[in-house]
Amino acid sequence: MSISEDSIIEVDELVRKFGDRAVLDGISFNVQRGETLVIMGGSGCGKSTLLRHMIGSMKPTAGSVKLFGEEITGMKEREIERVRLRFGMLFQSGALLASLTVGENVALPLFQHTDKSPDEIEQIVKQKLEMVGLTGFEDLKPDEISGGMKKRVGLARALALDPELLFSDEPTSGLDPIMTAVVDQLTLNLTKRSHMTAVVVSHDMTSAFRIATRMIMLGHGSIVAQGTPDEIRNSPNPEVQQFIHGKPDGPIPLNVSQEEHKDHQHVRPRPFLGGRFRFHHKHS
Amino acid sequence: MSLELRVKNYLQLNLSLLYWILIAPFTGQFFKIAPIFRQMVFIGVRAAPMVALTAFSIGVTLAMQAAHSLESLGAEMYIPDLVMLTLLREMGPVLIAVIVIGRSGSAVAAELGTMKVSEEIEALEVMAINPVQYLVVPRFLAMLVMLPALTIFGNYIGIMGGWAVCRFALDFNTAGYILRALESADTWDLYSGMIKSAVFAWIVITIACNAGLTVEGGAEGVGQATTASVVQALLAMLVTNAVLTGIFFFSA
Repeated sequence: MSISEDSIIEVDELVRKFGDRAVLDGISFNVQRGETLVIMGGSGCGKSTLLRHMIGSMKPTAGSVKLFGEEITGMKEREIERVRLRFGMLFQSGALLASLTVGENVALPLFQHTDKSPDEIEQIVKQKLEMVGLTGFEDLKPDEISGGMKKRVGLARALALDPELLFSDEPTSGLDPIMTAVVDQLTLNLTKRSHMTAVVVSHDMTSAFRIATRMIMLGHGSIVAQGTPDEIRNSPNPEVQQFIHGKPDGPIPLNVSQEEHKDHQHVRPRPFLGGRFRFHHKHS
Repeated sequence: MSLELRVKNYLQLNLSLLYWILIAPFTGQFFKIAPIFRQMVFIGVRAAPMVALTAFSIGVTLAMQAAHSLESLGAEMYIPDLVMLTLLREMGPVLIAVIVIGRSGSAVAAELGTMKVSEEIEALEVMAINPVQYLVVPRFLAMLVMLPALTIFGNYIGIMGGWAVCRFALDFNTAGYILRALESADTWDLYSGMIKSAVFAWIVITIACNAGLTVEGGAEGVGQATTASVVQALLAMLVTNAVLTGIFFFSA
């Protein structure tokens, strides 16, 4: 029983289909308290879909996802809110509310979910912004700061309620090398000292190997390889080697075929200007 | 999205709205007052100049048309009656709803749609903040208060428009106009207009919020949703108006 008590996330035989295509095809893994799990894989391999199932914003076709020992796949919106208070999520774009200032964004979960006084909240906001190196940016609007800064504000907001678990969607993409190191150090501190658990989706191999205690590589909707950073680094699997060394040639196909894209309407290729273009062409 | 799914989404939004307004406050989850006032300023106060201009023009037009037709019958004294009743019962609620659909409904749809495509709505959900409670409730309550308020304001300005024609172009004096206008209408005429405008408020804001929250596919999707919300709200509002007029004035 002690194993499952320390299991923060248990994903079991998770299947998600869009139409006939299985984006996630029987994925299983556990994450223990204090671990930092890095999920990697090429674009369109289902990383983001997997993440969305773990935060409960998508429902799987089959399989189960347990957070803190509770099955979340069958939960109603009201029940899942209770679980969501225990984790934070950093979105790829930061996903700050554009109508609020930086400070108000970080304060939002505190105002909504705690009874703290405005003074206390201001103190916490200052402290969280200092953690991500953005002291003094409280009163700016999100559209007045850079993309990397937005992401750091998003991180400060995700950490506002001192979560036990942090999900990050590409936390270091778009950050300069120094800021990447700062964000990595922050994640390491939180997991080592506060026993926070982290699940990080990342393309950035330097950062991934720096923070990970365990890594999972996804491909074609299933787990290609998993293990400690050393095991991954020394993996004999050519797909893994191609990915972590960023080689153009190898077993991973370069393009996702059109066939696989047919359920994503927004990326379906359309004829450019259609018949009108040909009409003008004929007469010119 | 299929029609069935859209209707389902819309009904779900209405149910969840009712939950957050009527039931949640009794379980200790009060809605915050400050955002409601912010929305009231945006939806209502800022629309007042446009409403005033529209209502004044309508009042003037009604009086001129009435004068034109009633003159031939020698019944100019009934011009105030016609202006008053038309404004209170029909033109006031409908035209002011049209202004609010074009100005505030589209803005709400575009704002929520942009929030949806930039992952802000999902971020709220992940922070365990219900988007209906946080975004839709303040807009809904603001609209429910402000549209009837704007309608009263517009009626007043419209009646002034009628007065301007009667006073300066015809042989009315101010007291005569006011007396005649007040005599023609009873309180039910005012109340029927208020009920209509409250129903329109409901229709306009739920359609706008639903359009925004169900946006798919980037900036293009936001544009389509905004247009769709204006068209759907106008059609729904006009059809509802016909039904309500039938119930209020034609069924007894």
